[in-house]
Amino acid sequence: MHVHFLDPYRPRNSPIHRLDPRIKLVLTVVFILTNTLVPTGAWPVYILLFALILSVELISELGLGFVLKRSSLAIPFVLAALPLILTIPGKTLFILPVGPWTVQASYPGLERFFSIAIKSWLSMQAAIVLAASTSFPELLVAMRALRVPRLLVSIFGLMWRYLFVLVDEASRLMRARSARSGKSEAPGAKTGGSISWRAGVTGGMAGNLFLRAFERSDRIYMAMVSRGYDGEARSLPLPNIRPAHWVILITSLGVLSILLGFAYLFWG
Amino acid sequence: MHHSIEIKNLTFSYPDGTAALREVSLSIEPGEKVALVGPNGAGKSTLILHLNGILSGDGLVRVCSLEVIKENLGRVRSCVGMVFQSPEDQLFSPTVFDDVAFGPLYQGLPPAEVVKRVDQALEAVHMLGYKKRVSHHLSMGEKKRIAIATVLSMQPEVLVLDEPTGGLDPRSRRSLIHLLQELPLTMLASTHDMLLVREIFPRMIVLDEGRVVADGPTQTLMNDTAFLEAHGLERP
Repeated sequence: MHVHFLDPYRPRNSPIHRLDPRIKLVLTVVFILTNTLVPTGAWPVYILLFALILSVELISELGLGFVLKRSSLAIPFVLAALPLILTIPGKTLFILPVGPWTVQASYPGLERFFSIAIKSWLSMQAAIVLAASTSFPELLVAMRALRVPRLLVSIFGLMWRYLFVLVDEASRLMRARSARSGKSEAPGAKTGGSISWRAGVTGGMAGNLFLRAFERSDRIYMAMVSRGYDGEARSLPLPNIRPAHWVILITSLGVLSILLGFAYLFWG
Repeated sequence: MHHSIEIKNLTFSYPDGTAALREVSLSIEPGEKVALVGPNGAGKSTLILHLNGILSGDGLVRVCSLEVIKENLGRVRSCVGMVFQSPEDQLFSPTVFDDVAFGPLYQGLPPAEVVKRVDQALEAVHMLGYKKRVSHHLSMGEKKRIAIATVLSMQPEVLVLDEPTGGLDPRSRRSLIHLLQELPLTMLASTHDMLLVREIFPRMIVLDEGRVVADGPTQTLMNDTAFLEAHGLERP
């Protein structure tokens, strides 16, 4: 019983899956950057960006439902932008009395909030498509090719590798705990213990897991050193990017910069 | 008649479709010590996890005359003491005392009773002096004993052990064997250690590809070299 559900990768044979991971990574980052730079309230541009990511989702054969359901991950981050409605001055929307004070909600604030919400939602979708259409090792290779610091890439790689080991370990711990969570025959005994006791037990488990992860990292490091690791992760050279993929990259970059220019021209 | 463990036509498949147990039936009388042997992937651990309802398949599982169903899980889990293969998983509290006290505390027993249970359990495994020790820093053999104490403190009727001698040096293994011989409980141990089986388990159940392929006196089965080899086992 191992944990696979954490892995966002969904193998398909779509053109998006087959696209070179380096290009996918660049395009995703540029798409998110474009999203971020589009001025507040440029609604038509948002719609165009949405159309763009929507078509990518359709081509990727991941299923719209899958991507849209996962994109609800953006909601907690959007909540952080909620106070903007109340803090940005402008035409009053409504006045909310809070005890002795009153706070004023404004139209510009509302506009800013919705812009941020839509932008984060679109960016989240791009990231989901990237993660679901590219396996993690491929993504690491792409990062390395794009000159992301090697140390950082190694850390991502090790984290990915051992996250599953750790989750497995945690689930075995919890299984051992439930195996001993029994009920007494004695009448009147309250099963389960107090909340603070249970919290203490959980804390002990978390501490245990940390200690073990720490020791495991030592063992892994020793195993790496024994095989000649000197702090530098090496890898085979990558194949060249196919001409067709270059065309896709340049066209997409062109489309995104036109959208951005358009947005600044009319709403900037 | 009361059986400590009674399993009838138990079939189980993992969510990915792998069949792990097929029509397993067996029963174990109170006080019996039984070994569960078979090659890796035969379904031994899967079978064991059914005994306290961590997994549940199709068929009947009854322990200490309680059917293993959701409503009975609390009673079932205090009646079946399950010692997992890796003591690392079993010992999750800061000190030995906390770990051994977990079961009784969870059951809501009065504090005096908890302390008494912990003392009895540690005494049974000859580790009374280890109460204040940090589980994390013990040797493998010590951890194994403490792991057994953590379930003895629940005063179970059945002791279920997964690979009890795995990873132990000869001396720790020897003293664990003595300990298992001493304990007056019904015992079911899944193991690859055929010497251990011959020494303390008069009855042996052989599992292969999710089926019970033999169930009988250890002496007789051990003499059939061809049979043992056919099921990935070795005559000690």
